Amino acid sequence: MAEKIIISVSKLSKKFGDVRAVDNISFDVKKNSIIALLGANGAGKTTTIAMLLGLVVPSSGEISIFGIDILKSRYSALSRMNFSSPYVDLPQRLSVYQNLKVYAQLYGISNEKERLSVLADDLQLNDLLHRKYKTLSAGQRTRVMLAKSLLNNPELLLLDEPTASLDPDSADWIRHYLCDYRKRTGASIMLATHNMQEVERLCDHVLMMQGGRITDAGTPSELIEAYGRDSLEEVFLAVARKAPPKGMK
Amino acid sequence: MQELSKNIKHSLKRIRGLVLRYVYLIKGSLPRLLELAYWPSIQLVLWGFISQFFLTQSSVLAEAAGILIGAVLLWDVLFRGQLGFSISFLEELWSRNLGHIFVTPLRPYEFILALMGISLIRVLIGVVPAIMIAIPLYHFSIFSLGFPLIAFFTNLLIFGWVIGLLVTSLLLRFGVGAESLAWALIFLIAPVSAIYYPVSILPNWLQWIAWTLPPAHVFEGMRAVLAQDYFDNTLLFNACALNLVYLLITSMVFLYNFNAARREGRLLQIGE
Repeated sequence: MAEKIIISVSKLSKKFGDVRAVDNISFDVKKNSIIALLGANGAGKTTTIAMLLGLVVPSSGEISIFGIDILKSRYSALSRMNFSSPYVDLPQRLSVYQNLKVYAQLYGISNEKERLSVLADDLQLNDLLHRKYKTLSAGQRTRVMLAKSLLNNPELLLLDEPTASLDPDSADWIRHYLCDYRKRTGASIMLATHNMQEVERLCDHVLMMQGGRITDAGTPSELIEAYGRDSLEEVFLAVARKAPPKGMK
Repeated sequence: MQELSKNIKHSLKRIRGLVLRYVYLIKGSLPRLLELAYWPSIQLVLWGFISQFFLTQSSVLAEAAGILIGAVLLWDVLFRGQLGFSISFLEELWSRNLGHIFVTPLRPYEFILALMGISLIRVLIGVVPAIMIAIPLYHFSIFSLGFPLIAFFTNLLIFGWVIGLLVTSLLLRFGVGAESLAWALIFLIAPVSAIYYPVSILPNWLQWIAWTLPPAHVFEGMRAVLAQDYFDNTLLFNACALNLVYLLITSMVFLYNFNAARREGRLLQIGE
């Protein structure tokens, strides 16, 4: 039986003025998979995620999520997916509980109290619930942001740099949680990240992006092998510096 | 039919969720709450004494006691209505939260309705204390206007939303750099709104402009009720019709700018 495709992107491009932020990319994301968009700053990762969410309208191309053409009708898909990014914040002067309650209503969660209680337990937020968001540390904010992004039990989770600026312990905790969430729910997760260890540990599939294009794709081990390197970090550096695979002139 | 009622229920829940976000913000800060009521009340006290002074000087005003106070109170409905709409939108820009809001199933029209809802709440918090102060201090109750008060209040509030929609459209286009428009733009129409004087005082070419704006019809209507005890249905009809046209136009301008912001990738970047 064919594996179910959650995201199908075809010939997607985005131009901002003369700048081609995303250039004719195509890829599929399977159900219950974790896929990484890997690339240097300005490679087009955030723009790609923003287009999947409908925050940015593509210049050309097609995006289908859960079989829904999101360029024509994105709202039915949005209720089944969620997003988190360090570049987008939550209201600072609201408490954690208030923030989560507001977003629970925006996502139309029917059993709000119960859902908030489960997430507070799962993400160890009980002591933070009545603290204002602005008083939280970076690690605590990331956990709150993750709770927000899990409110609607998303079948697709889009995470832009989910462990950016976190200490190794907090980052490790978040990675564990994401793995566990995928196992429990069968959700698909797409990460945009610079963190190679994260990709090696979490992801089934990697899309290497550079200058808005997908320059390579495969599992982390396939990429390491194809480039003849010892780690994904070395592959990343080779791609960023346009160095040929080892052994090739 | 069942599907429609389910959709309406979900839509109302999303609108309520966003209104709740702004209510939490007001509830969470006593200075913020007091500030909402502070300016209208101070304005009222100041203009109340000025109008009492005028009463001793002018026979025209003596015949229509309360016109200035009524004008101050109703102008605040318009001013606070637009401010409540625009500031709530600015809160999203200041907190860099737009990107999160617009990846929820919240539709742009629901966003507009939520801003209208919180604007109404902010107007009531701001204007009701001033209305109450006017009763013992100046023996003027705006409630003496009767039914026309509801018509005047509603029309001014709606025109406040019209200006609010225009301000938020400009904010979507130019970002927080244009935030001072939230306070300034409304004053562009103040001289031609005939708040404290009749339209006939204006030069001819400005009178023409004044009659294209709903507030001029409302304030003329208010003066007719207070000075002549006469409710002019035509003025009310004109104000309602103009408001409907402006509301449609500015809603389309907002949607155009919202879609332009999506095309140009500004929803993610916009913020402080």
